Amino acid sequence: MSPLQQKSIRLGVDIGGTFTDVVLETGADVFSTKVLTTYAAPEDAIIDGLHQVCTKADIAPSDIGQIIHGTTLATNALIERRGAKTALITTEGFRDVIEMRTESRFEQYDLNLVLPEPLLPRQMRYVVPGRMDAGGAELVPLTRDQIEPVVDAIAKAGYQSVAVGLIHSYLNDAHERLVRDVLAERLPDVMVSLSSEVSPQMREYERFNTTVANSYIKPLMKSYLDRLRGRLAGEGVGCPVFLMHSGGGIISIESAAEFPVRLVESGPAGGAVFAAHIAARYGLDKVLSFDMGGTTAKICLIQNQTPKTSRVFEVARTYRFKKGSGMPISIPVIDMVEIGAGGGSLGHVDAMRQIRVGPESAGSEPGPACYARGGTRPAVTDADLVLGKLDPDFFAGGSIALDASASGTALVEHIGQTLEMDAPTAAFGLAEVVDENMANAARVHAVENGEDLSGYTMIAFGGAAPLHAARLCEKLGIDRCLVPPGAGVGSAIGFLRAPFSFEATRSAYMTLASFDAGRVVTLLTELQAEAEGFVRSCAGDATVLSEYKVYMRYKGQGWEIPISLTQPQAKAPDAATLETIFAEDYTKLFGRPVVGLDIEMTVWSVNATTPPQDVASVDQTAKPPEAQTVKTREVFDARLQSFVTAGVFARDQIAAHAVSGPAVIEEPETTVILPSSRNLVVQPDGCLDIHIKPEGSAA
Amino acid sequence: MTQDISNVAYQVMWNRLISVVEEQAQALVRTAFSTSVREAGDLSAGVYDTEGRMLAQAVTGTPGHVNAMADAVAYFIRRIGRENIFEGDVYITNDPWEGTGHLHDITMVTPSFYGGALVGFFACTAHVVDIGGRGFGADAASVYEEGLYLPIMKFAERGVVDKTLMQIVRGNVREPDQLVGDIYALATCNEIGHRRLTEMLQEFGLDDLTGVASFILDNSRRATLERIASLPQAEATGEMTVDGFSAPITLRVKLTIEKDRILSDFTGTSGVDKKGINCPLVYAKAYACYALKCAIAPEIPNNAASLAPFEIFAPEGTIVNAVHPAPVALRHIVGHFVPDTVYNALDKILPDTVPAEGAGCLCNFQLSLRPRTDMAAPEGAVRAEVLTFNSGGSGARPGFDGLNATAFPSGVMTMPVEATEHAGPVIIWRKELRPGSGGAGKQRGGLGQHMEVGAREGHEFDFQAMFDRVRHPAQGRRGGGAGAATTIAQDDGPAMQGKGKQFVPPGRRVVMAFPGGGGYGDAKARDPSAIRRDLLRGYITAEDAVEIYGLSPQDIAAVQDAITKGEDF
Repeated sequence: MSPLQQKSIRLGVDIGGTFTDVVLETGADVFSTKVLTTYAAPEDAIIDGLHQVCTKADIAPSDIGQIIHGTTLATNALIERRGAKTALITTEGFRDVIEMRTESRFEQYDLNLVLPEPLLPRQMRYVVPGRMDAGGAELVPLTRDQIEPVVDAIAKAGYQSVAVGLIHSYLNDAHERLVRDVLAERLPDVMVSLSSEVSPQMREYERFNTTVANSYIKPLMKSYLDRLRGRLAGEGVGCPVFLMHSGGGIISIESAAEFPVRLVESGPAGGAVFAAHIAARYGLDKVLSFDMGGTTAKICLIQNQTPKTSRVFEVARTYRFKKGSGMPISIPVIDMVEIGAGGGSLGHVDAMRQIRVGPESAGSEPGPACYARGGTRPAVTDADLVLGKLDPDFFAGGSIALDASASGTALVEHIGQTLEMDAPTAAFGLAEVVDENMANAARVHAVENGEDLSGYTMIAFGGAAPLHAARLCEKLGIDRCLVPPGAGVGSAIGFLRAPFSFEATRSAYMTLASFDAGRVVTLLTELQAEAEGFVRSCAGDATVLSEYKVYMRYKGQGWEIPISLTQPQAKAPDAATLETIFAEDYTKLFGRPVVGLDIEMTVWSVNATTPPQDVASVDQTAKPPEAQTVKTREVFDARLQSFVTAGVFARDQIAAHAVSGPAVIEEPETTVILPSSRNLVVQPDGCLDIHIKPEGSAA
Repeated sequence: MTQDISNVAYQVMWNRLISVVEEQAQALVRTAFSTSVREAGDLSAGVYDTEGRMLAQAVTGTPGHVNAMADAVAYFIRRIGRENIFEGDVYITNDPWEGTGHLHDITMVTPSFYGGALVGFFACTAHVVDIGGRGFGADAASVYEEGLYLPIMKFAERGVVDKTLMQIVRGNVREPDQLVGDIYALATCNEIGHRRLTEMLQEFGLDDLTGVASFILDNSRRATLERIASLPQAEATGEMTVDGFSAPITLRVKLTIEKDRILSDFTGTSGVDKKGINCPLVYAKAYACYALKCAIAPEIPNNAASLAPFEIFAPEGTIVNAVHPAPVALRHIVGHFVPDTVYNALDKILPDTVPAEGAGCLCNFQLSLRPRTDMAAPEGAVRAEVLTFNSGGSGARPGFDGLNATAFPSGVMTMPVEATEHAGPVIIWRKELRPGSGGAGKQRGGLGQHMEVGAREGHEFDFQAMFDRVRHPAQGRRGGGAGAATTIAQDDGPAMQGKGKQFVPPGRRVVMAFPGGGGYGDAKARDPSAIRRDLLRGYITAEDAVEIYGLSPQDIAAVQDAITKGEDF
């Protein structure tokens, strides 16, 4: 048994933009709930949810052995620009790196293109002299008295957090450390983030931006984590709290507070881990995970039951999800696209009389119009309600009564009046636009990864995904979709499936011609120790596995391909083996190797992780009996562009049955829409297995 | 085999072909060696039918390749001869007139076979850092001096690479490993496209591209013609004067919008220069077409049919229609000014649409570094060619400020300073925005940038300047002011030229300021909150805020107070 499984009572908590999901696992039993996210004090929702699930499970909060927590607070703070008062200290001559970006336009044909603003405007960026060269040697020294005036200005302005990003600091961090020392002496309360620690990789724009993002959200996240710890103690919960990170593993609360940028995308990462776990149960090698919550939708490719990972990603894309329109964050991350499309995404009509949806969201306060909490603009949830996809009396298990007339009014006022549509037509337009947006994002992501979605299986989860998943499958030509049990709280369940892990990376240049095995061993040993240290701080004396990777390219190329090394290869590296593996992988990707060129290694990484949890495969049913229809309601079918009479079923009452579309399957945390084009089978583990109807059968 | 293909399926296939070429381009970025390709995105990729008609092209950093690529494959088919096209072949050229305008662009074409039959072609182009000759710069008096010339020929026949050709290439360039690596990368990129096309044909059960080709071309033609038909049928002239090399250049265009075409006639434009800033017609045509497409039909994808209604004429011997053997290495300088010239005409027909003049041509420079020759160089000193792409400010738009230090009309990216410094013994001492350089206006022109560059200890270098707008800054539109001009000098004082190869001794740096974009509309009409914000961020100086924009002393004091307090608004 892994240490994770020994802790018999575990709690997973995912704070989303709209809902906070809480899952309690006591051995084989799972209890879950969704509560509205409480922006001002997010911990309130956690405590509320914790009590709810403890009551359901009939245990005391003090019985909980371990809490795994993930949150979109960090991501949302970046998207909504709600971070701390932050300054950047950078190398003289490079004040505008985060503003000049790549000096290019991400959309070539738009004459009215507007570039996103940098996180810190120009007056908050300060410079110091001193310079390292591309070999890591000091070209120009930096002295304390040169730093003092900058520290004076920072003290006077009252910044809470400071990012330090100096040129070539990933090779030599001496100047960055000196700046931190001077800041620490003069301003001990100011939080400092060094680019050589947050993201020690070449390419100044990505590194500086990542460091600025870390600084920007650090005070917010630190104070939140401190408060959370206090509140939990107050409730008698004394167990350790761990945080999910963007790479799909778990770290300590202390590491999280120091490097909060690693929490960006932690909720979605939990979702990807959840989907990978389901993929393993079903033996699926090509999976598209589709996670739609209240604020955003996340799409991730999962091949061979492992989510794709990356070293850099973009948050807060501002222009039709276009690559380059957001800001780069270079940390180890599960590779996914995230777009502003969720149940709370607001619809409007633009100057070209086109319906647009998101990224602006109604969030939980005031929420969609139908929540009747003061929201007057139509959200995706309003459209879903008017289209019959939601039952006004059974939303979130009946805990929030929905007001359909408020939805209708909002849809007519903000869309219908301009486009001469009644409420249902406006609702159809809004829902169809958001579905098309998500389908496009999925297509683009697949293309960027050289993948073709036909032959993929979708795994849908998150509160809003099961309402939209089947329509997306219709648009993407995907024949099969699984909606696992707990779909409404998938990320939080994923947290409970994640290993403790930490990936340490560093840039260090070396060619095979000048291969220095001793240096490689030292480097990998250091990285291994760093990564394992983080894991040990959480996992104690558990087994820790190390995954070694080196990024290689032909000398002169700008892009590396990751090469995995086995433990023996990492302990006794030799140039010939590396060359063989690289040539094989390169040929697999690009068709042929380049002959006669030296090969260069640039970035090294070690991912330390506890072993994955055991997975029991599902004995899949093919043809169970049809469930008896006892109740129906009118639901809009987008493909047929009309309302159809759909059977309505409670999910907990159709175990081991089949259902033909059109149908609605309801459960407390979400609603599954089965359109006319699909059938479903309830698998033994409770997954709804949705298939396209065989050709020729009645639509 | 019967092929009952619905419109919807064709629609999907069209989207798929666009994805295929995007992926083809991506593969090139991932495998290329020259920083110009891998960091800056100076490349293009496309797929063609068996007639050589372009069906789809990746949207990359280089509008200048748009039409050039569209025409190139037809030249390859003619030169190679249909009877000599075999499965496994790969063709190559860097012919400026049959490729994309200068010897530094290598174009490679691969025939795509499916089931033993030719179904189409893939082509791609990349800008390489060195092709021998005098090196990348304006100094040549004819194309013969500009480097190695590769006529359209086979790089590989039936899968076998021509080793003799590769030996000749290696023997004639300064960075042979890099160039050979790039040539392989280009071949790889076409190979990736070919693989994806094969999968697509299998998936849809097609034998060839005939059906989808007609669908793409018919729909594109119709959409483009509809767009043109909705414009006022009118004509207007536009003109712009820029520095040139030997003498100032005037670009002049007469734009005629007819029912079913738009003609750009460059009669009256200056003649060719003695030095290498001349532009083959194909490249000028690409930028004229790009400018018009941005303003008129931005969302219609590029292909043979959507490009056809944009016609261009220029008399032979004008600087936008330079003929062999004119030197053309820096053809991008003139090419990048074509859009502003076209917009100066189009503004008279379609007001409130086009931007003011911007920095125009990219602010590129190349260093040829070597161990110092005036005394013993330290051990480890090396030779290297380092090219950087940089941008000034773009012109203000009718509704928005110009973009700071952002390329237009080119779409290439700059290289990270840290990556550039790994490419050779060069040190970039400064690369940041140039306050006060944006032309004043209701909408302000984009800011240019400061750069300062030198060599590492023990090195000297030749500096190849490729700048313009030293004497002819970007003009504002509709009352907007001009952007700041380009400046260049050595750090110890001596002025330097905007173009040409100039020696820089050990220890010295080149100090540059790149131009700002022109303003749009009257500066007095600018929103006061935008002026305060500009001052807060240091985009404009306090003097300009008072004198040009009329900001009050109280406002200035309030802004300065906000800076001290670390505030933003």
